[in-house]
Amino acid sequence: MKNIPVSALIGLFFTALYFLGAIFAPLLAPYGMAEVVGDVWEPSSADYWLGTDNIGRDLLSRMIYGGRTTIFIATMATVISFTTGAILGIFAAVSGGWVDQLLSRFVDLIMSIPTLIFALVVLSVTPVTVPMLILVMGLLDSTRVFRLARAVAVDIEVMDYVEAARLRGEKTAWIIFREILPNALSPLVAEMGLRFIFMVLFVSTLSFLGLGVQPPEADWGGIVKENKDGIVYGIPAALIPAFAIATLAISVNLVADWVLNRTTSLKGGRG
Amino acid sequence: MSEPLLKVRDLKIGATVYPPGEKPHDIEIVHGVSFDLMPGKVLGLIGESGAGKSTIGLSSMAYGRGGVKITGGEVWVNGRDILKSKLSDIRKLRGGEVTYVSQSAAASFNPAKTIMEQVIEASVEQGKFSRKVAEDRARNLFAKLGLPDPDNIGARYPHQVSGGQLQRCMTALALCPEPDLVVFDEPTTALDVTTQIDVLMAIKEAIRDTGVAALYITHDLAVVAQVSDDIMVLRHGETVEYGTVDQIINNPQEEYTQALVSVRSIEHEEKAPTEEPVLSVRNITARYQGTKFDVLHNVNVDLYPGQTLAVVGESGSGKSTLARVITGLLPPREGEIYFNGRTLTPDFKHRSREDLRELQMIYQMADVAMNPRQTVGTIIGRPLEFYFGLRGSEKRKRIIELLDEIELGESFMDRYPAELSGGQKQRVCIARALAAKPKMIICDEVTSALDPLVADGILKLLLNLQKIEDVAYLFITHDLATVRAISDNIAVMYKGKVQRYGGKTQVLSPPFDDYTDLLLSSVPEMKLGWLEEVIANRKMESAGN
Repeated sequence: MKNIPVSALIGLFFTALYFLGAIFAPLLAPYGMAEVVGDVWEPSSADYWLGTDNIGRDLLSRMIYGGRTTIFIATMATVISFTTGAILGIFAAVSGGWVDQLLSRFVDLIMSIPTLIFALVVLSVTPVTVPMLILVMGLLDSTRVFRLARAVAVDIEVMDYVEAARLRGEKTAWIIFREILPNALSPLVAEMGLRFIFMVLFVSTLSFLGLGVQPPEADWGGIVKENKDGIVYGIPAALIPAFAIATLAISVNLVADWVLNRTTSLKGGRG
Repeated sequence: MSEPLLKVRDLKIGATVYPPGEKPHDIEIVHGVSFDLMPGKVLGLIGESGAGKSTIGLSSMAYGRGGVKITGGEVWVNGRDILKSKLSDIRKLRGGEVTYVSQSAAASFNPAKTIMEQVIEASVEQGKFSRKVAEDRARNLFAKLGLPDPDNIGARYPHQVSGGQLQRCMTALALCPEPDLVVFDEPTTALDVTTQIDVLMAIKEAIRDTGVAALYITHDLAVVAQVSDDIMVLRHGETVEYGTVDQIINNPQEEYTQALVSVRSIEHEEKAPTEEPVLSVRNITARYQGTKFDVLHNVNVDLYPGQTLAVVGESGSGKSTLARVITGLLPPREGEIYFNGRTLTPDFKHRSREDLRELQMIYQMADVAMNPRQTVGTIIGRPLEFYFGLRGSEKRKRIIELLDEIELGESFMDRYPAELSGGQKQRVCIARALAAKPKMIICDEVTSALDPLVADGILKLLLNLQKIEDVAYLFITHDLATVRAISDNIAVMYKGKVQRYGGKTQVLSPPFDDYTDLLLSSVPEMKLGWLEEVIANRKMESAGN
């Protein structure tokens, strides 16, 4: 773990900060999440470090709890999108033929509909709960992972060692998990960082549009929505979650870049 | 005595390495090499991969490839130390005074431009000749190098000529600006033997006629003996031996040179066909999916238990396709394969586990035949686990036995493929095949990616293992020296047909058919004047006809 570049260190530091904030939210937040403690849109003070929001709740507490929700949803959705996308993608590459055609064309079909609109349609006919949100986001995003995993696996699939495993008589599961997946991991891990960021943006967008996390639960997109009218009066409350989203995105990206560089420079070696 | 054209003194070359898990550091890859090259002479640089021969060759153009730095010494070309020259002067030197012919002409030509444009580019750019004069020169060179239709071949694109022709075009490219020195970097290594001989002769005549000096880099001592005046043998970036061709070939002083000269001296007594064949290929005709062209026509061969059948031919002869048909990767269009007296199911997916176990395969490129994320122990252990259900200490014991058989030992068990040398990798692949206790192993060009001495070791190991394990080999190769060394039976393939088939002595003794004769006579021999002899013989024959 020596020789970590400065950019990756900065990224690691802020990513860790946000994740720790999310995990220990109840301990860190000075007030309750939905507790009305002051006046509407109070400026920052010793009591309320970031001021209060549109109905007088402490903005710092809401930011911390909101970060927890946002990061939790984004993480879970990323996990779903990766397990589904990567396994199906490699499966398509290994199977080839009509299995590959069927899966790939289905994915093309889903991808031809703009993700946001698709999500809005699905969420407007289903009850908007957190598990539902995670499932919809994860499955829609898995189409992207599928494409990447399939592309990577198609290259690995023609390697002699995969042919040797087939000729040995190995089952598809062994070929996917033991021969291909370990060698496809580095581009997938780097992609995971990017997908996580897209998930954060996605859930924030949905919440901003009112189809994501439902009030009084806080999340960063929701906080922007609640406080957006304040911008007209020069109140910065809506910019704070926007800033948080931006810094989280950049820091996770810095880490992902480093992981990608590190693992690809070891081509063929231990990663 | 006149001044040497190229004078290299105490040349040192370094590079930065990036070992996994360690800090990058600088190492020296060429340790103080010195030599002289007189005008019009040819110096052969020979050595195995990693010996630094290409690196030294490129230093005569003051060029270090991919992170390689020239760290010390002097390189004098025409009385100037080019390592101290300005970049603008070096630019004049490259492609003007010194030119370069690379190993893969196919990868060096720009596919989007015609051959002529590229051949005359350096001369015109350098202002040496006008376009018209350069084109005339190029056409002359095309004729001299024996290219068909020399007046018009320049108008073709690189993909419109064959590999051997393209390599000759590249030689024309190097000779066109009237250089004083040409660096040939393995110019015939990627070619088939039958093509190699023509290119070699063309290069030799071109060198003689133009009076240019040349550095000829190769790993094949027999080839370099045909074209050079002096030879320098290199190993690990140091000079092992430096002398005239005659001295190096006929009277080598150093042990390493002696080993190189006497390589492939394995003696193998041909065994007579015994009992029932383990594998019988009957009337196999095959084509690749979606094509309308048969790559195998009516192939019939037999392989007997504990023996070796060598399938020999040049690229495109269908020998690897035959392996794919036998392994079941490419079900044939017609014909049948009998294995152990049973009919073998065409598609490997429907074969029984026993059939799969008894027919193993070793690949040409050991690098990609092993999963880079698995240790040697896992790679060898998997067939044990898969076919015999061995686990834990039992499996470990067997892995160690196998590692001993391939002369590597227990310490290799936890290594990853990236931590092995080329020869060690191929040994691990052999152990993986043996782990299945097969009746037969298909060896697909298993030694062609290896240096001669390493390849020799692998062949000896295979012969030894054959005695111990009584396994049969189907040995696919383009190298006739290998065939002589290990086979009991030989099948010569040409354009998808078995041209000649039988016991080793019978196949390799006259009377020959035309193709086998051509193939056999094209294999470079480690003796002076061999090239001229062969060419003279061929001319006489064609005159006689």
